[in-house]
Amino acid sequence: MSAVIDYAPLLWQGLLTTILVAVLSGALCLVVAFAAGLARLSSHRLISWPAGIFIEVFRGTSLLVQMFWLFFALPFFGVQLHPLTAAVLALGLNEGAYAAEVVRGAIASRAKGQTEACIALGMEPALRLRRIIIPQSIPAMLPPFGNVMVDLLKNTSLVSLVTVADLTFRAQMIRSTTGQTTAIFLTILVAYFALSYLLTLLTGWLERRFALDRKALAAQRKENRLMKVGAA
Amino acid sequence: MRPSTEPQPLSADVALAPDPIIRFQNVSKNWGANQVLKSLNFEVAPGEKVSIIGPSGSGKTTILRILMTLETPTEGLVTVDGDTLWDVTAGQKVRETKQLRETRRKIGMVFQQFNLFPHMTAMENIIEAPIHVLGMGKAEAKERAADLLNLVGLGKHMNHTPPQMSGGQQQRVAIARALAMRPKVLLFDEPTSALDPELIGEVLNVIRNLAHTTDMTMLMVTHEMRFAEEISDRVVMFDNGAAVESGPPAQIFKDPQQERTRTFLRAVLQH
Amino acid sequence: MIWDNNFAVSVFPLLLEGLWVTIQITLLGTLLAAVLGLFFAVLRRLAIPVLSPVVSFFVVFVRGTPLLVQAYCAFFVLPAYGVSFDAFTTGVVVIGVNYSAYMAEVYRSGIQGVPKGQWEAATALSLPGVRTWGRIILPQAVRTVVPMLGNYLIQMFKDSAVLSAITVVELMATAQAIGSSNFRYLEPLTMAALLFLAISYPASRLVNRLERRYAPQH
Repeated sequence: MSAVIDYAPLLWQGLLTTILVAVLSGALCLVVAFAAGLARLSSHRLISWPAGIFIEVFRGTSLLVQMFWLFFALPFFGVQLHPLTAAVLALGLNEGAYAAEVVRGAIASRAKGQTEACIALGMEPALRLRRIIIPQSIPAMLPPFGNVMVDLLKNTSLVSLVTVADLTFRAQMIRSTTGQTTAIFLTILVAYFALSYLLTLLTGWLERRFALDRKALAAQRKENRLMKVGAA
Repeated sequence: MRPSTEPQPLSADVALAPDPIIRFQNVSKNWGANQVLKSLNFEVAPGEKVSIIGPSGSGKTTILRILMTLETPTEGLVTVDGDTLWDVTAGQKVRETKQLRETRRKIGMVFQQFNLFPHMTAMENIIEAPIHVLGMGKAEAKERAADLLNLVGLGKHMNHTPPQMSGGQQQRVAIARALAMRPKVLLFDEPTSALDPELIGEVLNVIRNLAHTTDMTMLMVTHEMRFAEEISDRVVMFDNGAAVESGPPAQIFKDPQQERTRTFLRAVLQH
Repeated sequence: MIWDNNFAVSVFPLLLEGLWVTIQITLLGTLLAAVLGLFFAVLRRLAIPVLSPVVSFFVVFVRGTPLLVQAYCAFFVLPAYGVSFDAFTTGVVVIGVNYSAYMAEVYRSGIQGVPKGQWEAATALSLPGVRTWGRIILPQAVRTVVPMLGNYLIQMFKDSAVLSAITVVELMATAQAIGSSNFRYLEPLTMAALLFLAISYPASRLVNRLERRYAPQH
């Protein structure tokens, strides 16, 4: 236990790095997910096919292999990436490929009637997507997105293997210095668990906030309040 | 429109006043091996209120869907208000053209399942297309929307979302939404079929109002026979991808000329 | 030419050996996960005081923590308490236990997915419990479970690369070793990636077909 206390500052730094990696790759993941997911829905094959290949390749090869490739193999093409960059890139692209399926599925499963209503009102496809289809798809996307993000958070531990000084990296270093394994690893296990739990709570809050009948809920609450006060 | 004294050819060629607002010329639609529309010739005059009746699978909904560009004809010519909507030769690949998009603006549709945007209020549902498609200013759009909501009797529900409204109310909002685009032709695809019986009346009232007070062309597919009889200028009986009989409601309902029309009405009006 | 074809060809057999280890881990790990997961699912459902909540928490905890850290725990922490196996066995057990937590959830939702009406019909016909489970509920629950099992198998195949960190000599570790000893990473890593893809892509198509075949019929 003493090792944990002694090395707390280092562990704390590691935790911050983990969160940084998670946030950066999470943002990249979202961008990639929408770009690839929407591209997959395009009726132009020049757009949907490359997106499809990207998704299959990044889903079909292991995240660790991708990370190592970007860090160790890319230099052979003259591109030397900073470890953090390679790590965030690999994480963002990999999880983005999975999340693209979520985006595609949520949008494609929007009731056909919505698209038809938009056509009947003369809306162009881009307008249709932007104002009607995507806003409606967000609530359906949130739960699976939440899972992807938790996955991403757990996968940040892999960046320790390309020398990024995250929580796992620090723990390994402390272990090799002090030989104290139990306390250190238990601590970081709990830390990761706490982080993923918080993330799950955040997703739940987002789900409630973006619920489709949120306005109905708000209006209902307002009416209830008025009724309590005795207003007509 | 004289009632004919001899059996009509299966594809009733109804020639009306010279400039029909809707014209179908030799329009066919195939779903694989199934011929949903068979070389249909069909016209509607401006301001006419036409009801289409017939069994399911007869192709009557397909006519509306082709007009609304929700489906493409396998072959044939469709014009709206003189402009070409569809001009398809068999085997040719069909692409959406600028011409099609512009002509489409003249047509509106009310769906069986309402298809309101669930994440928007009634007001927002109605102003969405006028603002983003017609380029109307927001204030003007909102004013117009308020008028339309009052017209359909839902002024108080301006800020309600679809989950907060009954089916009848939703359908009335859907009608207002379609009207906001000032279409020349308004299509109704079985507008009351998805409603609880007690809510049908309020929607029919709105449609009746429209029929009596506007000169908008209205084309309605419906099973509400009494209503069709009441408001239509013309009723068309469809079966098997072709128009079986066409004529004023009095003739179709009281004195149908074709055997197919007779059997259909007998079955439908029994209960 | 950046790519050294001769080098690539010469190391390919080594990579195949690593791939074979990966496949073994995947098959054994999935078997362990399927059995252990069922065990956990049943324990939770039987609602035994103390044991069931502990199992529930264990499952949630395993799902909320990274596989890599779990692997380190098994590899470094356990020997301190006298439990030590070779790297391969440790790897299989770690990944098996990790995935059993997900499988437990799959079993649970599979059983939940059987419409309530089925239970009611069984009651109305006075079917005994075992028969209800064996002939009515489980066969219908299996429809959801089998494709998911397939999905997790493929996922485990890719995740097994993580075990390279605890010295299991599977495909990833082999590629790494070749790279570091020859100072050429491009060929081994690229070929390793392609080998992963060559197996996981057809496998996932197969599982997709399974999913469609077993799709719920309501």
